[in-house]
Amino acid sequence: MSHIGYRGKGLEFLTKNKIEIGDLVKVQTDSTYSGILMPRYEHSDDEHIVLKLKNGYNIGLQIEKIIKIEVESRHSVKKENITQLRTDPKLPKILLISTGGTIASKIDYRTGGVYPALTAAELNASVPEISEIANIDTEVLFSEYSENLLPEHWIKIAEKLDSYSRSEYKGIIVAHGTDTMHYTAAALSFSLSGFPKPVALVGSQRSSDRPSSDAALNLISAARFLVETDTSGIFVVMHNSISDDEVACHWGTRVRKNHTSKRNAFQTIGGSPAFIVKKDVIEKDPLFSPLKKTYNPRINFDSQVMLVKYYPGLDPKLIDYAMSSGYKAIIFEGTGLGHVGKVMHESIARMKRNGLFVGMTSQCIDGIVRMTVYDSGRDLLNLGVIPLGNMIPETALVKSMWALGNTRDINEMEKIMQENIASEISD
Amino acid sequence: MSEIQINSIGLKVGLEVHQQLATGTKLFCNCSLIESTEYPLKFVRRLRISRSELGEFDPSALFESSKQKTILYYANPESSCLVEQDEEPPHDLSPSSKETALIMASALRTDIFNEIYVMRKLVIDGSNTSGFQRTMLIGLGGSLEVDGKNVGVQSICLEEDAAKLLNDSFNFREYTLDRLGIPLVEIALEPVSGTPEEIKKIALTLGRLLRATKRVQRGLGSIRQDVNVSIEGGGIVEVKGVQKLDQLEKVVEYEAKRQHGLKIIADKLKGLDTERIAKERDVKDVTGAFRNCKSKTIQKALVDGAAVKAIKVKNFSGIFGFEPYPGIRLGKQLGELVRFFGLGGIFHSDELPNYGIEETEIQQVKKILESQQNDGFLILAGEPKKLDIVIESIIKRIEDAKIGVPAETRAATITGETVYLRPRPGASRMYPETDIPPIMITNNELEEAKKKIPRSWEESILELQRQYELNSQLALQIFDSEYLDLFETICKDKRISPNFVSSVLSGTITNLERRGLDSRLLKDSDISKAFGFLAEGRIAKESLEIIFESMMNKTASSIEDAIQKNAINTIEDGDLNNILDELVLSNIKIIEQQGLRSIGPLMGLAMKNLRGKVDGQKINQLLEAKIKSRISISSE
Repeated sequence: MSHIGYRGKGLEFLTKNKIEIGDLVKVQTDSTYSGILMPRYEHSDDEHIVLKLKNGYNIGLQIEKIIKIEVESRHSVKKENITQLRTDPKLPKILLISTGGTIASKIDYRTGGVYPALTAAELNASVPEISEIANIDTEVLFSEYSENLLPEHWIKIAEKLDSYSRSEYKGIIVAHGTDTMHYTAAALSFSLSGFPKPVALVGSQRSSDRPSSDAALNLISAARFLVETDTSGIFVVMHNSISDDEVACHWGTRVRKNHTSKRNAFQTIGGSPAFIVKKDVIEKDPLFSPLKKTYNPRINFDSQVMLVKYYPGLDPKLIDYAMSSGYKAIIFEGTGLGHVGKVMHESIARMKRNGLFVGMTSQCIDGIVRMTVYDSGRDLLNLGVIPLGNMIPETALVKSMWALGNTRDINEMEKIMQENIASEISD
Repeated sequence: MSEIQINSIGLKVGLEVHQQLATGTKLFCNCSLIESTEYPLKFVRRLRISRSELGEFDPSALFESSKQKTILYYANPESSCLVEQDEEPPHDLSPSSKETALIMASALRTDIFNEIYVMRKLVIDGSNTSGFQRTMLIGLGGSLEVDGKNVGVQSICLEEDAAKLLNDSFNFREYTLDRLGIPLVEIALEPVSGTPEEIKKIALTLGRLLRATKRVQRGLGSIRQDVNVSIEGGGIVEVKGVQKLDQLEKVVEYEAKRQHGLKIIADKLKGLDTERIAKERDVKDVTGAFRNCKSKTIQKALVDGAAVKAIKVKNFSGIFGFEPYPGIRLGKQLGELVRFFGLGGIFHSDELPNYGIEETEIQQVKKILESQQNDGFLILAGEPKKLDIVIESIIKRIEDAKIGVPAETRAATITGETVYLRPRPGASRMYPETDIPPIMITNNELEEAKKKIPRSWEESILELQRQYELNSQLALQIFDSEYLDLFETICKDKRISPNFVSSVLSGTITNLERRGLDSRLLKDSDISKAFGFLAEGRIAKESLEIIFESMMNKTASSIEDAIQKNAINTIEDGDLNNILDELVLSNIKIIEQQGLRSIGPLMGLAMKNLRGKVDGQKINQLLEAKIKSRISISSE
């Protein structure tokens, strides 16, 4: 990391003066400053250098005003000391797979924002309480913001989990960015339906480089959930309120991120979280009873599905375009009980004639799709649109990608989409 | 014990002034700067220590995290939002706060940076929901002129104010969020050697310069001074939370005495054969010896399943209780230290037997410790895990005592003393605020700021004198008071005399405060309203004090309520005539004896019942007429 972020004039200035990031330098402008040269964010201009002064503040100094710069000492940045994990043979074992996200993040000198950087081991070291609950093994699968994840990544995670399905681990934590965590949860729920161990997808809404991060409590609670309960399947484990007290375990196909920033952004749609991890006890929702299935991994996805939110003015040509581009299924986020306007009928009819799948969910998010109540619903049913009950639109999208990955037969696809695979539909 | 010679100890004092800005919104969101009275929202948090940008832990943050308290926050949507709850990233920097900081920096001739980085200053005592205070260094250097001499400016920062502490108990801390995020300018001055009075003058001058910008909040708590005090050869002690200037003077005096006292103790220790405390050898569990102890502190701890530990300190007999100046003892320093870990207290050998600890117990402790004649010892009780941390700190503190004055952060008390708060924080508590990109300061902004530098406070006061025809003393009083803006608002109504307004605002209300009443219960809008009633002739001048008093002692909830409860202005002219007639009749002898001069005593009697209900001047006129007619009757 000799000149990260510096370019143009800045880079030239540093190279000329033989100064690298981490050097303690003395800079003379109108005044004299002493500090450590810090990296510069990529989107910043090339007219300034960044110093960390002795009091810890960072400042930008304009190169044009610098009269003299000299090195006082080289590379005074210390390496972090990571303590070794403790193990207690009496405790159960847990595997922590890291995929990225703010649960494991620190400053990114490329942009100045935060980036997923800490290894799961570092993370474990910063939350030592976990070692009192279980012995943790850690594995870094990849390190990505969750908005960058693709169905290929779901496959990687699913295959990794599958490889541990008969392992000695009591359960598995998957550290994940929060933005698309519910998509991954759904993907794992379908592709690993009947998975014999509990899997907790854990993220954080406040990055772990801040004292108020929710990461620690989410991780500790996930570890307790895996160790103390006797359940299996895919869960999302995140704060239940804005307080650092209760953590909710949401069933993987019934969960959604419903707030941009709050700690309790994740919510179970149309019901209560399956479990609540409290200070002294883990409470199970009395209504929670997931389907009992034998483990049947089918780790295949085909992403040629479009999720279309219907709105007044939606151009039906968009559907035609999707069809001509090779898309094989459309999931509508319809209005109300599951409707789209008459303008869409012709395009939908064309899709059906071509043997494609059209499924209906609701943009109301909560509640069931009932297409027999109004004429518009009945018309759509007649056209061959499949109502998807109270399946969450994102879950329906992921399920259709998974279904397409496993069959090319439209009748089979329609059957799978209406069959309850991973408790994605409830009554 | 001797009197301290302040001039000979190399006393240096650096002021750090924190001034709240009156810029309408908070620094990183649009919430209003109001104090809420109700808090419908409550939530719980725990903070954890995190590493600095350079991968280090800050000592003061480590100390705070060792206390492991749960934090309760109370919020009201009128004065805080998701940003203060740490449930939403900060919004853009308030442009008007930025401008104000630049104006102040320009007025102090500070070198302002072109590119400013918002930093997170780690504070994990709960006073910031995020666990850090957002702060940015605006510039370094500059100077402030005080009585013709220049005092150097070290730095100017723009930062967020912290949440207000409601309650601090063993396991919990409670805060309200209305104050969190209010923009603050922090100005650090170069340490100077001077008398406490001179230091006070510097603070006053800086405060006036800030007030002259008319962009600052006024009132108790809106300006706070931290004071860095050191003496020759000692560490720098940062004293936090000095709210009033009178307190500042006392704090400096106290610290001078405390620090010099510690130096005397250190000198004494240099002549003794002391040793660093070895945990294995010198720290022993003595719980068994205290099972039937009568000390309340120990009893209470034992009920909660605590252990009692004793520490042997070689050759320290007589040191813990030694008092170089009244109230300055090493024993007291240790007491403050353990209390900040939430322990009830610590007992040292020089003060025992006492406090329910008896000779038999002392003998047992000495035996367990294998203590010699000249050894001192300490006894403390608490949860075993916590005790370990505390004992580490005690060992360090005793080592520091051999050197003299440890650098630490202390808090000012209301009485002007100081108590231990935490170790001095270092640079490792700084981390870049990744939620906000660097802030650029353009040359244009710098030019604009220079143009807006306010005139000096001396000129401001002259202007006040001219505009409102005030004498210089009243003008200065109102300028220094928290009511300057309110004064100017009230004086827009030309029916009210500015002289009277200023004497009520800077005199009457202060007097009521001195009697122990709470001026915070009296809102600016209440004061305006009362003056409005006065202008309309609905109440008498004398009523103001009565009204304000009822508001400040909580007997009335509004101006109208105060008027009603004190039966102000409910006396009709006819009734007034009857009352005064009766008064004249029942005091006829005095009138006969004293003639017109009887107006004095009679007026006094009349005002006893009528004060605030009827204008004094009116009573005087009526009474005079009645007395006159009485005299003329009797002389006929």
